[in-house]
Amino acid sequence: MAVPHFGPPSLDQFRREFDRLLNNFLGELPESGLPLPGRQRIPVNVWETPEAFFIEAEVPGVTTDQVDISVVGNEVTLRINRPQPPEESVTYHRRERQAGECSRVIKLPGEFDPDRVQADLQHGVLTITLPKSEAVRPRKVQINVR
Amino acid sequence: MRHQHGGKPMSRGVPEHLRGDRFYSPAVDIVEKEDEILLIADVPGAKPDDIDIQFEDGLLTVHAKVPVRYPDGVEWLQQEYGVGDYLRSFQVSEAIDVAKISADYANGVLILHLPKSAGLRPRKIAVNVKA
Repeated sequence: MAVPHFGPPSLDQFRREFDRLLNNFLGELPESGLPLPGRQRIPVNVWETPEAFFIEAEVPGVTTDQVDISVVGNEVTLRINRPQPPEESVTYHRRERQAGECSRVIKLPGEFDPDRVQADLQHGVLTITLPKSEAVRPRKVQINVR
Repeated sequence: MRHQHGGKPMSRGVPEHLRGDRFYSPAVDIVEKEDEILLIADVPGAKPDDIDIQFEDGLLTVHAKVPVRYPDGVEWLQQEYGVGDYLRSFQVSEAIDVAKISADYANGVLILHLPKSAGLRPRKIAVNVKA
């Protein structure tokens, strides 16, 4: 693919963004290595089609055994346990990625069939498909003409 | 080569604007070990073949293309993050052995290994004891 070309304005932008890889490397004090409080939540995108609800979450680094999904009524509880990075004999110069446990409850505006809920994890994106219950799916009502 | 994204991307940090396209800055950890620096970047949604790593003029740039994965005219109930390409650059010093930079990718996480130049690695100096 094309090599991105960086003009002068974006270079400035990048300069602000520059990670102090080298500065830190050469002895500047590292930034605080702790993740910011309040960041331990799972952002979700939720959408619906006539047939199903969909919940999607970005969970990079997480494997299927580190995800727990449970459903009660029209609520879905999502628990993620992100692997903790190693602490010993390393220095963190940047620590922006989330680690550890977090959970989220998502309330859906309609009923779904709990037995047909499916989850798929691909390239760090978790997608939960919740087929709607027959009772709440749109139905065409035939009008009888007398 | 770049695609435009439909819909209205929401906050996943502040997207970078570059030549009219919208990019997201991936969250990274930069971890220094004894003999290398690890640059760990979250790029969920990117396929391994769509990750482009360039090194030019001391600048290491990671660009991960992320395809739109929602159907057209989707009915949103909640939209808490946007989806689009990731782009972020890092200044890399001469203390890194650029020729030996390597990358691994798994589960939406890109790990770049940046080996320290041999001359800068900690070295154990033997002390000669004279009788």
